[in-house]
Amino acid sequence: MDIPYTVELRRDTGLNNGKIGIWLFLASEVMLFGALFASYILIRTGSPVWPRGDTILDVPLATFNTVVLISSSVTMVMAWASLMRRRFGTFRIYMGTTILLGAVFLVVKYFEYGHHFHLGEFPSHNNFLALYFTLTGLHMLHVAGGMAVNAYFWGPGAKLWKTNPEWFINRVEHAGLFWHFVDLVWIFLFPTLYLL
Amino acid sequence: MTSDHADHAVDIDKHVRIYVTVFAALLVLTIVTVAISRFHLPVHQAVTIALIVATIKGSLVACYFMHLISEKRLIYAVLALTVVFFIALLALPVITVHDGFWIH
Repeated sequence: MDIPYTVELRRDTGLNNGKIGIWLFLASEVMLFGALFASYILIRTGSPVWPRGDTILDVPLATFNTVVLISSSVTMVMAWASLMRRRFGTFRIYMGTTILLGAVFLVVKYFEYGHHFHLGEFPSHNNFLALYFTLTGLHMLHVAGGMAVNAYFWGPGAKLWKTNPEWFINRVEHAGLFWHFVDLVWIFLFPTLYLL
Repeated sequence: MTSDHADHAVDIDKHVRIYVTVFAALLVLTIVTVAISRFHLPVHQAVTIALIVATIKGSLVACYFMHLISEKRLIYAVLALTVVFFIALLALPVITVHDGFWIH
C-alpha cells in the first residue's frame, strides 16, 4: 500500500506530507537557535565588557562566506526550478554547485577555526569565544547535514526522477527549504558575532 | 507543448527572474551590513541597524527562496506560533536582565 499524500495534496490543508513535515521541523530548529541567541543576549547584556567581533574574528573571510552561502541558496532554488522545467541535466549542475559552495563554506570555517586554535583561542578562553564556537559549530553541523542530503539527491537518490519525478521534485524542494533555513540563520549570525 | 505546459514554463521563468533579483539585493545588503559596521556607531544604534538589515535579508530569503510569499494557511499558522514562542524566548532574558533579577 502506498503512503498517501506524498505527491497529491490533502484537500483540507492543500499540502503534502513532506511540506508540512519540513516546516514543523524548521519550526523546531528556530527554537533551537532561538535558545542559543537568547543565551547570547543574556550573557552579553550581563557582561560588564564585551569585545567587538571584528577585533577577534576575521570579517573579510566571514563576508566571503556570507556571499558563498547566499550564492548556494540561489543555486539550490535554481536546481528546483530546473526540475520544474524538466531539465534534469541542469538540475545536476546547479545541485552540484550548491554542494561545492557548501564545501567551500566549511573549508573557510576550517581555516578560521584553525587560526583561533593556533592562537590558543578555544571555547574555554572567554564567553565571547564560547558563544562563537557553539553558534557557528552548530550552524556548521547543519551545513554538513544539508550537504549530505543534497549529495544524496544529486547521486543515488536521483533514481527516483525516472520512476516518480513529481515525488523527486517535492523532495528536492523540501531539501531546499532546509538549505535556505541554514542560509537564513547565517544571515543573522554574521552581524551578531562578527560586526557588533 | 500544450497550453498548460507553456503557462507553467512562463511561470517558472518569472520565478527565476525574481531569484536573480533577490540574489542581487542580498549581495548589496551584505555590503551595506559590513559598510555600516565600519562607522563604529554606539552599540544600541549598531544593533538596531544590523538587525533591521538582517531582517530584510532574512525576509527576502524566506519570502522568495522558501516561497513563503505564496504558501498555504496552515504553514503561516505554524510559523505564527513559532514566532510567538521565539519572541518569548528572546524577551525572557532581556526582561530579567533589565529588572536586575539575574545581576543582583
